[in-house]
Amino acid sequence: MEMNRRKFLKLGTAAVAGLGVAAASTSPAVAAAVNGSYKNAEGKQNDVTWGMVIDMNKMDNETLNKCIEACHKFHNVPNIDTKKDEVKWIWGEPFEHLFLDETHEKMGEKFKDKNFMTICNHCAEPVCVRVCPVKATFMNAQGVVGMDMHRCLGCRNCMAACPYGARSFNYKAPRDYIEEINPSYPTRMKGVVEKCNFCSERLAVGELPLCAEIAGAAITFGNIADPNSGVSKKLADNFTLQRRSNLGTKPKVYYIV
Amino acid sequence: MKKTNVIIGIVIFAILVTVPFWSAILSPASGAAPEVSFDTPVINQLSGDDYKCVEDVEWMRAHHMDLLSDWKVEVVREGTRTYIAEDGTEYLASLQNTCFECHSNYEDFCLKCHTYADVNPTCWECHVEPTVAGGAA
Repeated sequence: MEMNRRKFLKLGTAAVAGLGVAAASTSPAVAAAVNGSYKNAEGKQNDVTWGMVIDMNKMDNETLNKCIEACHKFHNVPNIDTKKDEVKWIWGEPFEHLFLDETHEKMGEKFKDKNFMTICNHCAEPVCVRVCPVKATFMNAQGVVGMDMHRCLGCRNCMAACPYGARSFNYKAPRDYIEEINPSYPTRMKGVVEKCNFCSERLAVGELPLCAEIAGAAITFGNIADPNSGVSKKLADNFTLQRRSNLGTKPKVYYIV
Repeated sequence: MKKTNVIIGIVIFAILVTVPFWSAILSPASGAAPEVSFDTPVINQLSGDDYKCVEDVEWMRAHHMDLLSDWKVEVVREGTRTYIAEDGTEYLASLQNTCFECHSNYEDFCLKCHTYADVNPTCWECHVEPTVAGGAA
């Protein structure tokens, strides 16, 4: 058979197409797509914006320590002693560290000695979310600034960006520093950043964050988008402070001092 | 004489290059699919219609990683934690709190196939496998 360029190309194309059809028809019959669906038991909470008011007149060091212990225990937060390597979701800071501009030299001892509960502020304009190159840190529909640990690559941009020091980096393998691992919550791995998640795993099933549950009257937690919620009333009736409100990050954690 | 040497050389070369193929054929045990164990306290309690996985077993074998990946996105990023399976049953979408409740035998279940298939999923760097948490072995 005389083979010219035209015939060769025709035959070649037909052969490749034939192989493709054969390969497709012999591929396994099990469907790849996930066919189930999802539902949110509480309905879509898109009209909810979670916020927290911490009443420092009612919060004492003992309550704070209870909150820290319960939170860190539940979330498998490693207990590392050195300042550089430590990991924390909740901790205590003196007033002047939180509100430098409001501090003066004649401030009473009882305020100076008091530990102010410090957590991620879950800012409405979160800088950490902007600087994350992989969107590991994101804001969910209820305004909670969460972290997708599956995505975090440990660049620490968010740590540099956060004006509140709310983030910790796992310089060491965290499991070596967890006394008793809580099997219902994951740990983290070496090389990722972590922080308070407003207990989004508890909010999803209609429970309060652990600290708000433990601290009782000292912490009011709720929907700040609803003017009739307990937290909105607290904000309306009391003089409250935000940490470094001049930065425009709009924290959703407020303090009554 | 020279020609024979060349042919012998080619035969030896061919045998050496194909070692992985015929050694696998000669030792049938190494190629056999692993037997995963369903012998756990919770699974042993199941009977009748309750004796099922989240989805069809064949589908789960081939695509559990797709389901878990899907759950990961829905739970972490969308905040929807209830999965409705194709047969309508609702499950909490959680590796540690749902999958491991039945499959509490990490070494005889997960690890068996992962070792056989030579895959090293990074799930366990954070997610707590039942043996670590002190669950049923």
